[in-house]
Amino acid sequence: MIKRFIALTLLLAIGGLFASLLLGYTPDSELNQTARYYAERTSPDIGAANIVTAIIVTYRGLDTLGEVTVLFLSAAIVGLVLALGGKSGKTGRGTVPVGELLTTGTRYLAPLIMLLGVYVFVNGHLTPGGGFQGGAILASGVLLLLLADPLKRFSHVLIATIESFAGLLYVLIGLFGLVLAGGFLDNRFLPTGELGALFSAGAIPLIYSLIGLKVGAEFASMLASLSESETS
Amino acid sequence: MMPSIAQLAMATGFILILIGFYGALTQRNLLRMIVAFTLSGTGVNIVIVAIGYMHGRTAPILDATVNAADAVSRVIDPVPQALVLTAIVIGLGVTALMLAYALKLHEQRRSLDIAKFTELKW
Repeated sequence: MIKRFIALTLLLAIGGLFASLLLGYTPDSELNQTARYYAERTSPDIGAANIVTAIIVTYRGLDTLGEVTVLFLSAAIVGLVLALGGKSGKTGRGTVPVGELLTTGTRYLAPLIMLLGVYVFVNGHLTPGGGFQGGAILASGVLLLLLADPLKRFSHVLIATIESFAGLLYVLIGLFGLVLAGGFLDNRFLPTGELGALFSAGAIPLIYSLIGLKVGAEFASMLASLSESETS
Repeated sequence: MMPSIAQLAMATGFILILIGFYGALTQRNLLRMIVAFTLSGTGVNIVIVAIGYMHGRTAPILDATVNAADAVSRVIDPVPQALVLTAIVIGLGVTALMLAYALKLHEQRRSLDIAKFTELKW
């Protein structure tokens, strides 16, 4: 009881802080200097229609590389933690049979979901979406496959190969930018093309597709590790 | 005065953060605590996106209606959106990690009750 009281007092204090923040908030009417730079320069410099993509893949591309690395680390640790001492002879004692609806639905939907994922990351520089979202959609297709057949095993070698090749190519493209254009991960060593076309914005579609594959492989490996550790 | 959409979204985000904190502080079950952490993370994301919102402007994507020349006066702030995109992905990695630890702890103790784990208690 006393614990709950302390928790509520703490929340009340934080809530008071939030309330003063909320009441004192006045929205900007103009873009601030950073945002103005991005909004003005994205189209002539980068050639990407989606400004958020231009920021993530080119202006702050190094941060994205770091982010993908963090994701890779967390996927690796999930795999490591779950593999430690996991094989103590506990075989599944038979799972609940999955319904006909789910099995048939998966057969129909899984390829479409994968296709949508690929579409989302290939068009990352034109539409809201991109590598991370597309990768997550790819992984949700994998999740559907796992739901339909909990005993299904994905090849970790395949996932790891896709993941490391995508990562390696990502860094290589970054180095191409360093040598052939203005700096690391500069997208302009390929022609920027016409704004709004699929083959435009230099290397952005390439980089974002690789990020999509990498993120998809990382999420898929997390899902596969989690599902394999299921003991009951 | 009617609150604007940005203020409503911000208030929602703050409330979600508080709900998440409350859950993390009072729940005993590890899974519920993970859900609570995810909730407060979502709240933070909503608040950041709401800060970038500007009334009467559109998404930071250039197309036929928002051409490159007048983008500065037509689009909202793209920086918070890029930030939140990063935050969501990292949040997912953190959640997966927490779930993996919870699974491992459950394997050892056959329980998800936080009170059963006393090694680090003082």
